[in-house]
Amino acid sequence: MSDLGPGLLEATFVLIGIMLAVTGVRAFLDHSNPRRVTTAAFWLLLSITFAFGAVLPDRVAGIIVLAIGGLSLARGVKTGTFDEGTPEDRGAHARRLGNWLFAPALSLAAIAVLISTWAPFGDQSGSVAIGIASVLALVIAWVLTRAPARVVVAQSDRMIQQVGPIGMLPQFLAMLGVVFTTGGVGEVVANGIAKIVPEGNQLAGVIAYCVGMAVFTIIVGNTFAAFTVITTGIGIPFVIALGGNPVIVGAIAMTTGFCGTLVTPMAANFNALPVGLLEMKNTYGVIKAQAPLAAILFVIQVVLMYVWAF
Amino acid sequence: MPDWFVLVGVLVIVVGFLLKLDVIAVVIAAALVTMLAAGESFLAFLDLLGKAFVDNRSVSLFLLTLPMIALSERYGLKEQAVTLISKLHALTPGRFLTIYTVIRQLTGIFGIRISGMVQFVRPIVHPMSSAAAKSRGADSESEAELVKAESALSENIGNFFGQNGFVAASGVLLIVATLKEAGYDVTPELIAAASLPMIVIAAIVAAVHFWNIDRRLTKHAAVAQDSEVAGDE
Repeated sequence: MSDLGPGLLEATFVLIGIMLAVTGVRAFLDHSNPRRVTTAAFWLLLSITFAFGAVLPDRVAGIIVLAIGGLSLARGVKTGTFDEGTPEDRGAHARRLGNWLFAPALSLAAIAVLISTWAPFGDQSGSVAIGIASVLALVIAWVLTRAPARVVVAQSDRMIQQVGPIGMLPQFLAMLGVVFTTGGVGEVVANGIAKIVPEGNQLAGVIAYCVGMAVFTIIVGNTFAAFTVITTGIGIPFVIALGGNPVIVGAIAMTTGFCGTLVTPMAANFNALPVGLLEMKNTYGVIKAQAPLAAILFVIQVVLMYVWAF
Repeated sequence: MPDWFVLVGVLVIVVGFLLKLDVIAVVIAAALVTMLAAGESFLAFLDLLGKAFVDNRSVSLFLLTLPMIALSERYGLKEQAVTLISKLHALTPGRFLTIYTVIRQLTGIFGIRISGMVQFVRPIVHPMSSAAAKSRGADSESEAELVKAESALSENIGNFFGQNGFVAASGVLLIVATLKEAGYDVTPELIAAASLPMIVIAAIVAAVHFWNIDRRLTKHAAVAQDSEVAGDE
């Protein structure tokens, strides 16, 4: 069945394209959205890159990406009002369904892991597994809640719009990673780091990578952006190239970046938002509390990466 | 142009994020200046932009999990979680926050995307940890501030050291895409599995941390009680 892999993966992307197109059309029809035309354009353009990615000429896709960026820059993507139900209504459903409400989410994880472990679709099994598991888990949720079809569509649209353009950021950053690699950014950073870090020293490489992840995250407030830059510049040449297991190194590097998130005022969602929400006196109270814990976790991760990856 | 000129793209990222400009536009701008600095044409930039974006569609696979989460939410997923968490009311603040951290890690591992600060910390976690602290005599202003900070910390640690245990987490998919681009054959489930040890370690570190917080709160409370007793005499 491994020859089914690429086809199934493409089908998964077409499915995402359809979801995004539905959101685009619904946004266009939603008169409560102050920027409904540009919002619709954003989601429809995005849906084209997903559904037709395999056949779209690169240059056309590039122009679409540029247009998506323009819409985002012009603050053209807004949300209208959504059906979120009243607390009483949701509470009544919760009493009726009880802990069964967790079943769809639990089965999503279980099915995805099962399929990817069994790996019937070759290299693409991991990605295809997520697609199949998502569809099956949705079916389970649908059967469980016995929701009308229009509610299913409306809810999926609500969540896509609430996740919004920012949810697409990782894909844009992955794209930037490719551009950085093509432009030789990784090599330049690597040459610079090579002047400080002794060549061929695994421990020095691990420390440089982890410090790089944390510091870059502290500066830009976003670990995903740090991962893109620092992995190509430091992680690959100074850790993985010396024999570090890429899986272990990559996984730990990302959470090392999160230690930077814990101590940076740039990560407003995590460190400033609660100060406001909880009416705290000290603007940096959350960061102050988190700093010692972040430091301990950071050191543990440096040690773990060095011991486990080599 | 010297080699290091391509770093202007990194500079754009740093400055753009610092100034809190639109992040997607900043990323595209960084891509553009990097290509131009590397001596490529605008058309070559467009080609690469389109190809790289389409090649990395798998990073956004998590979009497919949203309809199920959204539907569960509409039918009371959060309300049920609140019911479960409120059963923990007899605990000390530290123990309660430890359990919340682990619960938050589990939601991450199962791919449940919640904005915990708004949906859990403000309405449930802080009121419950604050009530637990007060019932143990810790209700000075500095202690109230400490409980607030610790409630937020519990959410952040649980969120950060949980999400990568999920195969369709966007962080996991970004790691896979970045390493694959560099020619390493990694898969989402391997990355998720390799994230598990740190998830367990973070839970242990958080538990020790909150045990310490409990001690601090009870020590403060004991001192406060002593001075009250002394005042009575």
